[in-house]
Amino acid sequence: MASAMLAIRDLTVNYGRSVQALRGVSLEVAPGTVTAVLGANGAGKTTLLRAISGTLGFHRGTVDGGTITYGDQQLSGLQPPAVVARGVVQVPEGRRIFGRLTVDENLRAGGLGAASRSGAAATRERILELFPVLAERHKQRAGLLSGGEQQMLAIGRALMAAPKVLLLDEPTLGLAPMMAERIGETIAAINEQGTSVLLIEQNAALALRLATNAYVLEVGSVALSGTSAELSASDEVRRRYLGVGETDEGGPLHREDRPKLTRWAG
Amino acid sequence: MTKFIELVVNGLSVGSVYALIALGFVIIFKATEVVNFAHASLLLVGGYITAVFHDDIGFLPALAAGMLTAAVVGMLVEFLVLRRGRTSDHGVLAIVTIGVDILLTTELVRRIGTDVLDLGDPWGSQSVTFAGITIPQTRIAALLVATVLITAFLLAFRYTTWGVAMRAAAEDSETASLMGIKLSRVSLGAWAVAGALAAVAALFLTVFPTPGLDRNTSLVALKAFPAAILGGLDSTTGALVGGLIVGLTESLATGYQDQLHFLGHGLSGVAPYVVMVLILLARPAGLFGTRELTRV
Ligand SMILES: Nc1ncnc2c1ncn2[C@@H]1O[C@H](COP(=O)(O)OP(=O)(O)OP(=O)(O)O)[C@@H](O)[C@H]1O
Ligand SMILES: [Mg+2]
Repeated sequence: MASAMLAIRDLTVNYGRSVQALRGVSLEVAPGTVTAVLGANGAGKTTLLRAISGTLGFHRGTVDGGTITYGDQQLSGLQPPAVVARGVVQVPEGRRIFGRLTVDENLRAGGLGAASRSGAAATRERILELFPVLAERHKQRAGLLSGGEQQMLAIGRALMAAPKVLLLDEPTLGLAPMMAERIGETIAAINEQGTSVLLIEQNAALALRLATNAYVLEVGSVALSGTSAELSASDEVRRRYLGVGETDEGGPLHREDRPKLTRWAG
Repeated sequence: MTKFIELVVNGLSVGSVYALIALGFVIIFKATEVVNFAHASLLLVGGYITAVFHDDIGFLPALAAGMLTAAVVGMLVEFLVLRRGRTSDHGVLAIVTIGVDILLTTELVRRIGTDVLDLGDPWGSQSVTFAGITIPQTRIAALLVATVLITAFLLAFRYTTWGVAMRAAAEDSETASLMGIKLSRVSLGAWAVAGALAAVAALFLTVFPTPGLDRNTSLVALKAFPAAILGGLDSTTGALVGGLIVGLTESLATGYQDQLHFLGHGLSGVAPYVVMVLILLARPAGLFGTRELTRV
């Protein structure tokens, strides 16, 4: 089953009456690609995913303009389970695994909204192959897993719904570099199997490496967009998101300015 | 010693009935975060239907009809009254359930009038005597039926799709909906199960040695509130333990009234509440709960 285009046009989202979180955002996730969204804290990245998944209501947010379509289907206005049933599934910010449920039960919960339950066992097998640590710990309470393992579980749980488009909200947040790398490889592997990915990341280097196209959100609007190669080369992105400075201003400290690190003698 | 054992068995039996009520109360709270003050009236609905129909259709079908009606009324309360308020204040919703309770109870009390209704149970007032201990059959039936129902519920809660959806939604409703779990269905299911369990409890609250179902039955059902609260409002284990504690306390306080006379008259009536307050002083979230009552 080929996936279709996820398209967002002129999306405007407000929280309550006073906070405008997105103003006329347009963005596309082409079938079979990884698309990255970068942006500072509070830029509206999570809000974008909430709008797609239909969970703004949990935060008193509303879509006040624009459209969200997947193929020829309208997603805006749908309840979250209806969005999942159409193949668009989110891994929320902060993992949000069900800590009191076991690893197995978390995966089971992830499969409850799948368009069809047939093949659930095979899907589960594939996920456990992708994340062997989940197989080792399948009977444990999910709350006991480490941060990285929890992120794997969160991704695995979403894969149980057999998504055509996977929405990932800062999957490497708070993870050690090695683990972040590992998650990055997994995202590439998932994408290779045909799932389109909308990847939200603060780790711009990782995101631009994985993605074909990327967008930069700033205070609720798209400030920059283009192919990953174009964005990686742009001065602004290099300076603000990749931490590579051409000037001293705003860039990282020069090597000689850095305080010397000394190892604590045991 | 004989007396003590009889009192304990009695207490466990009554306690298991309280546990049925408290369990329903707790699953509604887990699924919707609403404290359901209309629970006693659901119980009264179930008991009333059983009482009205047992003559014509027989005891078991009448009991099934009572369970079904209480389940449907529970779902209607959820659907018609609470659904719109999903995102609004849970405290307000709890107060709304008080209104529902008053409406339902008033109507039922009007219908029952001053009658004492028989629910048509097959046990009557017979007792079983074993090794010198005499226990009414109804108390044994209550203990067995409650045990079977509670076990079935716990197994379903743990192993079925419904149970997984229910627990996921109780832990994090937004994320559960991101998994495609339909929260409205989870909450309807909770109200239905709670109603059905309450109808069974109605039967066992009104069989021998109680004369039958009357306008005060819903007051008796209120004793399940301290059971749910002392166990922890969001804990199914808590509901079971709480039910048994209240049942035992009540039974022993009644049985040893004379010896406990120095504590004042009518101790058995207030004993469950005294125990509840003592437990809450030590553990504000209840024995097994994670949420303190002040947050409700
Ligand atoms: N529930 C809410 N109520 C009111 N305002 C909100 C709410 N959630 C987010 N906002 C506001 O909307 C804007 C965008 O927030 P959002 O969480 O989408 O940002 P983000 O890009 O995901 O940030 P971060 O990188 O910190 O996760 C911010 O100004 C934020 O304060
Ligand atoms: Mg965010």
